[in-house]
Amino acid sequence: MLEFIIGLYEGFLANPAVEIWQDPAYFIQNVAGGLMVGILYSLVALGYVLIYKASGVFNFAQPMMAIFATLALIMFHDKVLFPAIGTGYGLTIVLAIIGSMVMMLILALLVERLMLRPLVNQPEIILFMATIGLYYFLEGFGETMFNKIANSPVPMESLGMEIGPFFVGGVMFQKVDATAAAVAAVMVILLAVMFQKTSVGRALRAVADDHQAALSVGIPLSVMWVVVWVVAGAVALVSGLMWGASAGAVDFGMVFVALKALPVLILGGFTSIPGVIIGGLIIGVGERIAEIYWSPYLGDSIESWFAYILALIVLIYRPEGLFGEKLIERI
Amino acid sequence: MNIRKLGLRILAAAFVAVPVWEASVTAAQADSIFIPQASYRTGKYSVNGTPFANGFDDYLAMLNVRDGGIEGVTIDTEECEFGYVTDKGVECYERFKSKKPVAYTPLSTGVTYKLVPKAAVDKIPVLSSGYGMSAAADGRWFPWVFNFPTSYWSQASAFVRYIGELEGGLDKLKGKKIGLIFLESGYGREPIPLLKKLAEKYGYEFKDYSVPGKEMEKQQAQWRKIVKWKPDYMLMWGWGNMNRVAIRRATEFGFPLNKFIGVWWSGADSDTKPLGKLAKGYRAGNWHAPDACCDVHKDILKHVYDKGNGHDKAMVGQVLYNRGVVTAMYITEAVRDAIKANGGKAVNGEQVRDAMEKMSIDAARLKGIGFEGFTSPIKVSCADHEGSGPVVIQEWDGEKWVIIKRDVKPLTDVVRPMLEAAAVTEGEKLGYKKRDNCS
Repeated sequence: MLEFIIGLYEGFLANPAVEIWQDPAYFIQNVAGGLMVGILYSLVALGYVLIYKASGVFNFAQPMMAIFATLALIMFHDKVLFPAIGTGYGLTIVLAIIGSMVMMLILALLVERLMLRPLVNQPEIILFMATIGLYYFLEGFGETMFNKIANSPVPMESLGMEIGPFFVGGVMFQKVDATAAAVAAVMVILLAVMFQKTSVGRALRAVADDHQAALSVGIPLSVMWVVVWVVAGAVALVSGLMWGASAGAVDFGMVFVALKALPVLILGGFTSIPGVIIGGLIIGVGERIAEIYWSPYLGDSIESWFAYILALIVLIYRPEGLFGEKLIERI
Repeated sequence: MNIRKLGLRILAAAFVAVPVWEASVTAAQADSIFIPQASYRTGKYSVNGTPFANGFDDYLAMLNVRDGGIEGVTIDTEECEFGYVTDKGVECYERFKSKKPVAYTPLSTGVTYKLVPKAAVDKIPVLSSGYGMSAAADGRWFPWVFNFPTSYWSQASAFVRYIGELEGGLDKLKGKKIGLIFLESGYGREPIPLLKKLAEKYGYEFKDYSVPGKEMEKQQAQWRKIVKWKPDYMLMWGWGNMNRVAIRRATEFGFPLNKFIGVWWSGADSDTKPLGKLAKGYRAGNWHAPDACCDVHKDILKHVYDKGNGHDKAMVGQVLYNRGVVTAMYITEAVRDAIKANGGKAVNGEQVRDAMEKMSIDAARLKGIGFEGFTSPIKVSCADHEGSGPVVIQEWDGEKWVIIKRDVKPLTDVVRPMLEAAAVTEGEKLGYKKRDNCS
C-alpha cells in the first residue's frame, strides 16, 4: 500500500515537478499551446451559453452548427462566388460570409417555427432532446449537401489571415491560434455589451428567466429566439472557421473536438460568458499538461478523457460550475 | 366480388408467381457473378472511402460495358454503406452472403478481423488488399483470407529498408531514432511489433505516439512530445483527417516532411491537397500509380463517364480511386482465372479462392488489361497470401503525388518468420489446423 502511495506521488507530482524544473521552456510552451486550444474550446462553448442564457435551451447541435455554417461558407466561396466573380481581393469571402449567415438565419427561422414554438413551456429535457434531433438532422443533411466539399481548405487567406508559427521570447505560437484568441476576446466584449447594455440583451435575459413572464410584458418570444439562434449561428461560424484554419480544413470529424465544449461549459457554468472563457483555458492547459507529464504513468491519450473527469469533479462539488448562477428554489 | 374472395385470389396468384419469379432470378444469376462492395461514403472517414468506392464501382461498370463482364459473365454489384463502423461492416457482409458473393473486400482492418472466422464457414474468400490481419499472409493457416500485394508488416519493413538506403545502409540505422504516430485502433497498432523487432535487429531507437480518433483534429500534444524526442524519421499509420492534421502539425513544429513517411492509407490526395504547398516533401508508401496514367483510366472515361455514368470524373486517377480500381482488378482477374479453370460461366467463392491461390499477373498480362505502369506484377501461392509485392515511395510536390522510388522490397528475412509465428498464434486461437501440402 505504501509503495502504491509512493508510486502515485512520484508519478503524478514528483517526477513531473522535476521534469518541469529541468526544462521550464518546454513547460511554458505546453501551457501556451494549451491556452490557445482552450480559446478554441471557449469559442464553441460561447454558442451554447448564448442560447442557454437567452432561452433556457441547451443546444446540443451547436458543434454541428459550427461545421454546417463553415461548410456553407466554403461552398459559397469555392463553388458559387469564386468561379462566378473570380476576385482575389476578399470580396468573395465577404459575400460568402453573408451567404452563410443567411443560411443560419433560415435555419434559425425553421428551428423557431418547427421546433421551439410547438415546445413552448415544455420541460427543459424535452427541448434538449429536440436539439439532439437537430444535431442528427444537420449531420445527415450536411453530409448530403456538403459531402463533396468536406475536407476543403478554409479560404482564410482571403481574409488576410496568415498561417504559420511565430516566436515570443523563444516560445512558439501559431498565428491562427493568436488570431482565434483575438477574435474570441472581441466576441466576448461584444456579447457582454449586448446582454448588459442593449434592450435586445435585456429582453433575452428576461426570456431565459421565464417564458410566460416575458410574454406577459410584451417581449416577442419568437423574435427573440430567432435573434439568439442567429447570433449563435454567427458564433458557430467563427468557431468553425478558427478550428478549420487550425486543422487545415473543415470536415465532419471536427465535431468531436467541438464536443469538448461540454466539459468547458460544466466547468465554467452554463450561463456565464466569462466562465466559459476561463473554463476553456483551464481545460486546454489542464489536458495538455496531463498528456505531456502523466502519459508515462497513465498511458497515452489522456487528452481524450481528462476534460470529462475534471468536469465530473466540478459537477460533484459545484454543480453550477465555477462562474454559473447558483439556483435557489423555494420548496 | 367480396373482400374475402379478392384476398384469396391475390394469395393464390402469389403462390404461383413467387416460384416463377424466383426461378427467373436464379436463371439470371447463373449467367452472372456477384461482387459486392462495403463502402463508406458518409462519416468522418468518407473523404477516403468515397474515392475508393468510386474506383471499385467504375472499374466493374467499365468491364460490364466494354467486355460484357468477365469472360462473358456479367458482374452484379451492390454497395453497402457502413460508415467505417466495424459492426455495420460485419452486418454488410451478413446481408450479402445469402447472394453468394464470389469474393468480399471489407475495406477495414477491424471488419477483416471479424470476418476471418466467418469466411471459412461461408466459403467466401476475403481480400484485404494492403490492410487487415498481417498474419493472414500465411495461407497455410488462413486459406480464405488474402492480403496481397503486401501486408502491413512487409510495408513497414520496406520503410525501414528505405530509411536505411537514405542513411547509406541498414547498418547506419544504429543509434538513429524512428518514431510512429498512429491512429489508436487495431489498424494503427498493427506495425508496432514489427518495428520493435527491427529496432532490436538494426539498433535504432523506437517510440510510438497514439492519436485517439476523437482527438485527431488536434495532435498538438503528440507533436510536442515528438519534437522533444527529436526523431530522425517519423512513420505514420493514420486514416481520415488524422493524416492531414499530422502533416500540418509536423510543419508547424518544424519537423522535416521529407523524413515523414506515411503508410499507403496516409498518402491520399485528400491528405495533402487542402494543405497544398505546405505539405511539399511529405512521403508515403503506395503500390500503384498516383495519377490517371494508364489505359484503364482511358477505358473508364470512355465506357463509363462519356456515356453519362460514373460517380465523379474529378476523382478518376486520384490515389484512393486507383486503389479501388486495382482492388477490383485483383478480384476480377481471380474470377477470370476461375472461369477459365472451370470451363463454365458463373463460378462460386470456392473456385475463386482456388484461383487466388494460383494468381500470377505478370507484366504482359498487366499490359493486356490496361494496367501497364499502374502497378507491379504479382504472384500469390498457397502459402504466401500477401504476394510480397514491392512498395513504391511517393512524394507530394506541392500540387500532386509523384513516385520518387520504386521497387522497395520488404525485409522478408525478418518479416516472414514473424508472420508465420503470428499465423500459428492467430490460427490456434480460432482452432484452425495448418494445411499440409501447401507451399
